[in-house]
Amino acid sequence: MRVRRVRAGDMPDVIALDTRVTKLAKADYWDDVFRRFGNQRSHERFFLVAEDRSDRTKPHLLGFIIGEVRAWEFGSTPCGWVFALSVEPEMRLRGTGSALIEAISREFRNVGIGKMRTMVARDARLPMLFFRSEGMMAGPYIQLERDLD
Amino acid sequence: MRLQISTQLAIFALLELAAREGQQVSVAEIGEKYGVSSHHLAKVMHVMGRAGLVRSARGAGGGYQFAGNARRMTLLDVVQRFEDLNAVEQHTGVADATAEGQALRQVLSEIDDIARATLGSITIATMRKLVDRHSAGNGRPGPKSVAPRLPD
Repeated sequence: MRVRRVRAGDMPDVIALDTRVTKLAKADYWDDVFRRFGNQRSHERFFLVAEDRSDRTKPHLLGFIIGEVRAWEFGSTPCGWVFALSVEPEMRLRGTGSALIEAISREFRNVGIGKMRTMVARDARLPMLFFRSEGMMAGPYIQLERDLD
Repeated sequence: MRLQISTQLAIFALLELAAREGQQVSVAEIGEKYGVSSHHLAKVMHVMGRAGLVRSARGAGGGYQFAGNARRMTLLDVVQRFEDLNAVEQHTGVADATAEGQALRQVLSEIDDIARATLGSITIATMRKLVDRHSAGNGRPGPKSVAPRLPD
């Protein structure tokens, strides 16, 4: 397995994986994400993919992770935020997620960031268990919301 | 949030057993580490045995073994054997029929939901990693290092 930056040619596989996992097709969203995180401000935006290279003639996508450095939002000093992580369901529990987290952690550290954050739905048990197993604990913020009637 | 002593002992005992999976660990040994009586701990172990969280070992020496999957068993699985985590939902409040009572239940439910989500997301394996970090002297990530940039 290898973790590397995303390329334009990866996007059909990224979109296909996301559609399978979320059951929502959002090609326009992913076009925009690739434009912003795959091509711009590469020193602080990281769109990484994990690929299986056991067959070097046909490497295929195992998963992806996307994050960026955000500064001064909600009063926070610059911090690395992970806002997307997905692993091929059949390939889970084999270290792909951990490899993606480790890779983006290195990228954040390399640009001087010492804290990484993400947000998980309270009832999203598998992501919650995963991020916890990667050593993430609850941060000092609480997400608040209200309906707009 | 505070946990009863029995609940804490249950978690500590599971951490000990999970760290020595496959081995028999005596109640006396666990009790000595945490400064509690074998009698009290034996009651806790009995509850966990009935819940299938631990298995009593037969033969010379006795003791207990971890009976679950450390990567699947969560703190919630343990805590709910000893604590009432549905206090707000299952107990009638003083003024539930009033708007004030309902507002208070909403706030307390939020606290309960967060507590359950936290406990339900930390496995025994994750707890062991947390213990190891504390044992190493700090709870922070390792020293910063500059790694090679990823290939494009």
